[in-house]
Amino acid sequence: MENFELVILLLDATLRTSTPLILAALAGMFSERSGTINLALEGMMLGGAFSAAAVAFYMDDPWIGLLAAIATTIGLSLLHGFACITHKGNQVVSGMAINILMSGLTALVGIALFAQGGKTPALDKAARFQPITLPGAEAVKDVPIIGPIYFELLSGHNILVYIAFLAVPAAWWVMYRTRFGLRLRAVGENPGAVDTAGIGVVAMRYRAVICSGVLVGMSGAYLSTAQGASFLQDMTAGKGYIALAAMVFGKWRPFPALAACLLFGFLDAAATRLQGVVLPVIGEVPVQLVQALPYVLTVILLAGFIGRAIPPKALGRPYVKER
Amino acid sequence: MSTTVQLPRWIDVGALPLLNLLLALVVSGLVVLAIGENPAEVVEILLYGAFGYEEAWGYTLYYTTNFIFTGLAFAVAFHCGLFNIGAEGQAYVGGLGVTLAALYLDFLPFPIMLVVGMLAAMIFGAAWAYIPAYLQARRGSHIVITTIMFNFIASSLMVYLLVNVLRPEGSMTPESEQIAENLRLPFIHDIAGALGIEMASSPLNLSFVYAIMASVMVWLFIWHTRWGYAIRTVGANAVAATYAGIEPGRFIIIAMMISGALASFMALNEIMGVQHRLLIDFTAGYGFVGIAVALMGRNHPFGIFLAALLFGMLYQGGAELSFEIPTISNDMVVVIQGLVILFTGAMEHMFRPRVTKMYTAWRLRRDAQEAV
Repeated sequence: MENFELVILLLDATLRTSTPLILAALAGMFSERSGTINLALEGMMLGGAFSAAAVAFYMDDPWIGLLAAIATTIGLSLLHGFACITHKGNQVVSGMAINILMSGLTALVGIALFAQGGKTPALDKAARFQPITLPGAEAVKDVPIIGPIYFELLSGHNILVYIAFLAVPAAWWVMYRTRFGLRLRAVGENPGAVDTAGIGVVAMRYRAVICSGVLVGMSGAYLSTAQGASFLQDMTAGKGYIALAAMVFGKWRPFPALAACLLFGFLDAAATRLQGVVLPVIGEVPVQLVQALPYVLTVILLAGFIGRAIPPKALGRPYVKER
Repeated sequence: MSTTVQLPRWIDVGALPLLNLLLALVVSGLVVLAIGENPAEVVEILLYGAFGYEEAWGYTLYYTTNFIFTGLAFAVAFHCGLFNIGAEGQAYVGGLGVTLAALYLDFLPFPIMLVVGMLAAMIFGAAWAYIPAYLQARRGSHIVITTIMFNFIASSLMVYLLVNVLRPEGSMTPESEQIAENLRLPFIHDIAGALGIEMASSPLNLSFVYAIMASVMVWLFIWHTRWGYAIRTVGANAVAATYAGIEPGRFIIIAMMISGALASFMALNEIMGVQHRLLIDFTAGYGFVGIAVALMGRNHPFGIFLAALLFGMLYQGGAELSFEIPTISNDMVVVIQGLVILFTGAMEHMFRPRVTKMYTAWRLRRDAQEAV
């Protein structure tokens, strides 16, 4: 019974750690399925987290903070698009530039506004997303098995966690069941054919990076106004890159990406709990090994040892219209 | 109307990058204005901090050394059509090589030890680059993603080693022991002092000379050797290279290993030159800035030297800046870096069509006049 509770707590933590990864991985997917590499997830997440915390602090409302985060990340996505789609710049370089720029800019503006060494002031309750108790959770709380699963695991998260998990089927539906999704995937595979069909490649790709911006903005806001209570310098700490790895691990598809995010989130949650714990048989597990596992697994997958991850065909190539 | 004239070289590699750089600096100036400071004052402090006094020069060139190595590392891979984002991890692991050599081979005499330390860095750095290179060459795994992953794996590995293995007994900080005297690169001010020249002390050390030598060797290698030719051919067109009897996979691996070895030289400057021990995150982002350095320098060693000097100046001047104006932290330098990469790297083609059009119009008019 004690073990069961432990597992529930661990899974509960997994949901919380994987939420920002899910939103960012879906963001990456929208951009990359349309042919634009998005290494800027890390920087955009950081920008979103900062805007959300700063605006939520001034307005005392997490929703306005969320909107500010999304506005920021859409802006950054458009910048990325302006460099890569309009000016056919290198997508990897543009992504790296945005990451470095945001790492500096969030700290600089943070110091200029709040003078707290790059942090934003701690948000009080009203300015953060609060846990939601699902209907009936209190009632089944003491029922064995079902009680803890429903009360501890499923209920009691903030709204962004539920949005993230609902975003996965929504993204799948958009990607595979709508005309927009078909065209989006088509410009990522064969932009020439899409152009021939009379659909603007540039406009399509811009729409895809805007979708990407909306999603990654939410993941940033989650970090600073839902999971945490303020913005901290470089608080994303590589989460954008883990999300990127999860997207690759999920082979650029929504549901496998969700599975990868849950796996990576679980490893993250487990790593903090495994610190100093001596397991039977294995002995003490180095935390660093658990932390490196998402990257190692992604490399093994990319090497083709566990299935094959095939990127969209036109990924990374700017579209040049024939003259 | 689609006739265009090829741009002359001075516009292509001179005026256009300068135009982009200027734009990046103007936008940086706007950022300074936006946070309520005076850009002119900032420029003045930056320049004074970087070149204003003798010691500053030493610091500027010390930072420049790191940027030359990481810039060259990126450039060699880039000539082969590869994006090596992994200089950070390769330099980090290279530092491990130096440290292990220092810990286990410290009985060797001074000059031999320097060579051994350098070889250890090269081998470790090249080995760390080999795995992504092999995966790209033989299994088609995209090098951008694998090198990013390898940066994180290196970071975890090094934290583990520093905390659990290399940390001396009883020490709380995750650092290695001090390396032996016979593995330390002499400071330039010491060398000058021995020759009877008075110089202000600074972290500038012998590795700056290595950096210049490495630049010349990279230039010779890329443009004047068979392997360099093969690497450029693979970079330009891998399919054509195959028909020319050059096996792309082989040269992808060679280029990446050289790139990793060059990145690892950063550890010579930091560990053998200045810190004298292995520290957590001693690479401090130099690997990433190397991308900007190489792109600004158009992947040519001379251009890389100039770009590295610019970034060295920004680093040293930026330190002075955060000292003089408290509201402007070191993060301003990070912002400028980001903007420089954005405008000179990602948006390098922004002005090209317009400049080409203007130049073409001018040429056509001139030719017409001459014809009359």
